[in-house]
Amino acid sequence: MTTPLRGLLTTDPVVATSGVALFADALRDQAVPVLDAGWHPPPPGTEGDLAIVMADPRRVSANAAALARMTAAEALLVDVLPASQALGLERGTFLHAGPPIEWERASGPLRGALVGAVLLEGLADTPEEAERRLAAGAFDLEPCHHRGAVGPMAGVVSPSMWVYAVRDDVHGNTSWCSLNEGLGKVLRYGAYGPEVIDRLRWMGAVLGPILRQAVRSTGPVDIRAIIAQMLQMGDEGHNRNRAGSLMLLRELLPGMITADAPASDVAEAVRFSGANEHFFLNLGMPACKLATRAAEGIPGSTVVTTMARNGTDFGIRVSGTGEQWFTGPANTPQGLFLGDYGPEDANPDIGDSAITETAGIGGFAMAAAPAIVRFVGGDVPFALAATRRMYEVTVGEHPLYQVPVLGFRGTPVGIDVALVVRTGDLPQINTGMAGRVAGTGQVGAGLVTPPAECFTAALTALARAAGS
Amino acid sequence: MSVHVELRRGAYHDSVSLLQVSRAVAGAPGVEAAQVAMATELNVDVLRGMGFAVPEEAGPNDLLVALRAADDDGLAAGLAAVEDALAALSATASSTGADDEVPPATLGSAVRRSGAGLALVSVPGAHAVTETYDAIAAGASVMLFSDNVSVADEVALKDAAAAADVLVMGPDCGTALVGGVALGFADVVRPGPVGIVAASGTGAQQAMCLLDAAGVGVSHCLGVGGRDLSAAVGGRSTRQALRALAVDDATDWVLVVSKPPDPDVLAAMEREVEALGLRAHWAILGAGRPDLTAAVEQALAAEGVAVPDWPAVLVATDAPPRPADAPTTTTTGSLRGLFCGGTLAEEAVLVAGAVLGPVSSNLGHDPEHALGRGLRAAGHAVIDFGADELTRGRAHPMIDPTLRMERIAAEAADPTCGVLLLDLVLGHGAHPDPGPELAEAVRAARATARAAGRELPVVVSLCGTDADPQDRRRTEATLAEAGASVFLSNAAAARHAAGILGGAR
Repeated sequence: MTTPLRGLLTTDPVVATSGVALFADALRDQAVPVLDAGWHPPPPGTEGDLAIVMADPRRVSANAAALARMTAAEALLVDVLPASQALGLERGTFLHAGPPIEWERASGPLRGALVGAVLLEGLADTPEEAERRLAAGAFDLEPCHHRGAVGPMAGVVSPSMWVYAVRDDVHGNTSWCSLNEGLGKVLRYGAYGPEVIDRLRWMGAVLGPILRQAVRSTGPVDIRAIIAQMLQMGDEGHNRNRAGSLMLLRELLPGMITADAPASDVAEAVRFSGANEHFFLNLGMPACKLATRAAEGIPGSTVVTTMARNGTDFGIRVSGTGEQWFTGPANTPQGLFLGDYGPEDANPDIGDSAITETAGIGGFAMAAAPAIVRFVGGDVPFALAATRRMYEVTVGEHPLYQVPVLGFRGTPVGIDVALVVRTGDLPQINTGMAGRVAGTGQVGAGLVTPPAECFTAALTALARAAGS
Repeated sequence: MSVHVELRRGAYHDSVSLLQVSRAVAGAPGVEAAQVAMATELNVDVLRGMGFAVPEEAGPNDLLVALRAADDDGLAAGLAAVEDALAALSATASSTGADDEVPPATLGSAVRRSGAGLALVSVPGAHAVTETYDAIAAGASVMLFSDNVSVADEVALKDAAAAADVLVMGPDCGTALVGGVALGFADVVRPGPVGIVAASGTGAQQAMCLLDAAGVGVSHCLGVGGRDLSAAVGGRSTRQALRALAVDDATDWVLVVSKPPDPDVLAAMEREVEALGLRAHWAILGAGRPDLTAAVEQALAAEGVAVPDWPAVLVATDAPPRPADAPTTTTTGSLRGLFCGGTLAEEAVLVAGAVLGPVSSNLGHDPEHALGRGLRAAGHAVIDFGADELTRGRAHPMIDPTLRMERIAAEAADPTCGVLLLDLVLGHGAHPDPGPELAEAVRAARATARAAGRELPVVVSLCGTDADPQDRRRTEATLAEAGASVFLSNAAAARHAAGILGGAR
């Protein structure tokens, strides 16, 4: 016979406390091991919704299912192809990062990237004309996430851009992401000058086809395996991708150099890819998207499945509430600036790359990447504490993505809306900073958190869903 | 011969770690050969060389677990060793204590990190439900001190707890003693054979202190919340507590303490006790039922324990108690009971009411004799200063006696106050040394009355033990010195106070 009440009456009591310190002290006076939760009240007005959501009998098992699916999702790079084919993207439709937005409210970098994409597609001859047509509503704008894709920074994808296709055969999903343009003046940071457009044309004409040959000849590349290893090599998979980029290049290189293309093109493709320390980011992101996508749509689950920004709004989506976006004004990152740029030059948070944090890497794996503090600010203890704090707002630990310095503990994964609201600890995001003015490009990198109202709004919707 | 070959997709560990795993597994009893390795070309060759059939689809990012054992038991032992060794690879964090650098942010986290079997929730009522669900989900029983939890929430919480095989003690549970540890407001009593199930905080404290004075110790005191034996809650926690105590080696017999229960629920609990084969005694407050002291005396007698004279100090200046059948009283004025303990107040109403007739109170059972918002009545009255409406935004009067102190002074100046009946509850969680302060108030009250030409008798129901941090005996002496009569038995105190008024009907 098992001991009733889990052995409550037969084991020496260890007590966790929440509330009045006096009672914890009274227990310590009796030499009882006590751990106090340091309770502080959640934002006013949330207590009713919290109680409803916590009482939802589906919550615990739904979140366990979300965690299981999120960590079981595979990510195999299977192809490289134009977005028109991959996503069925039609001429005149443009995908962008973050939650839905219209031109009037779009930030500088998103506007710049859209202008560049319109020029690339030949839908306007000058930036001014592109802007006019965009402002006139001549084109359709749609979030990448609505097509299962992700885009870094402005995240603008147009039909002729090439994308990676990444498969999760466990759940039968595919995700897509554009090819990384490198650093400096690039479309994803809102630059649209001639060199930007020329580079994009070269990527479509030369780089994409060579990468496609490489992927098709070497076979699927296991992106999850690279993420697992890069975390043990000092990357966190969002703002530091050095080891991951090298490992990816190692996988693709044999197929690239044997590709059917002029030697000079092959050489330039290899040089371009090898010189780009964020080469891997555009594969880590769709891998993370596949993980979070597998966890979507579980009734009762309070796990976040999307965090994304369009430079104006920050939006989240939650497993238990499906497609609905919960948005708030995007914060501006705090961090370090390139060259002469300063805080006044930075645009508010932008990009789908917070999908990495949503899937348990990036800022959540900061302890694995102490060197990142030289890039985004903070110090090494901060990096360690950032990951440790995120265990407090997530439902589990990733079995594959591990942090050596924490004793190979799995990264915190599965952001729980209820935990975020209860603790007030917002998800830690590492990010690049785009210039506020269209065409500027990257001005720095830093740390940012979502606006808290995304989570309180999601909580209200979850409570409504639980109550019905 | 039993063989097991398993491919774990994408489970990456470094080779040195896996060497340690392979060695640990190979050393498990009954295992003949074992290899746990990433399925690199080299490792696949090695495994095939060892005679294992490696699946064709194995790739370098997959973990291969290959075992050969003499029989199925050996294989099971080997597989268990694999799980242990792999778990140990990522478990070093906890052994280094590295996790301690960020404090837990939630109760669930605190439960999981400390391995706590019990969580104590004392957050404001509006947040208590959230905290309690969190603790239940983390696998801990909960002492829910918070009040202002709805009956519907209480029922749902208790059902969730039962499904998880944990206990919700509460809401509004002030007292518990689990495995010798006092939680909330609890007296220090000797360990012993009595398991207490209490739908009443101060009622449980009274029972424990009486048992302790009789030389009988307590194994556990499981609070269940004052509403547990109501029709709506249906004895959910009481049932769980009884079942746990029935198989507890430290518990010989059980005392169930409750505020007035629903009769059907009480009957169901009596049947439960019978079905469990438990020796149980009942200390159930209610009209026509024995008071708590009498109930404890009956239980002691039934268990063959001599009933002692309960500690009491009678002050000589008090008017002598009159026989209950005395026709009229010469003492003018009414009984004013000012209590911190809800059950003690309730018992005082019942005991004094039987002698004096109707007693108004703020206990909420008897609308005909309810005290209004001002808590004033011309006749006999008992006030529970621990009631919800008097603790909103304030600490419990056992910790913060301010409101009651003010009322003591007011009663002293009120010519209709004929006798003052007070309780004082000692133990963990209560005021660290409340005796001197209350003694001072008693002294001042008597002086105020005397200055107005009145003699104001003061009777204190002092609930505590000599082992309590505040020391019952010392506190008793301090109060007696100030001119109060002091009783361990709350019923005796109430009866004495009523007697002073001559039992006027």
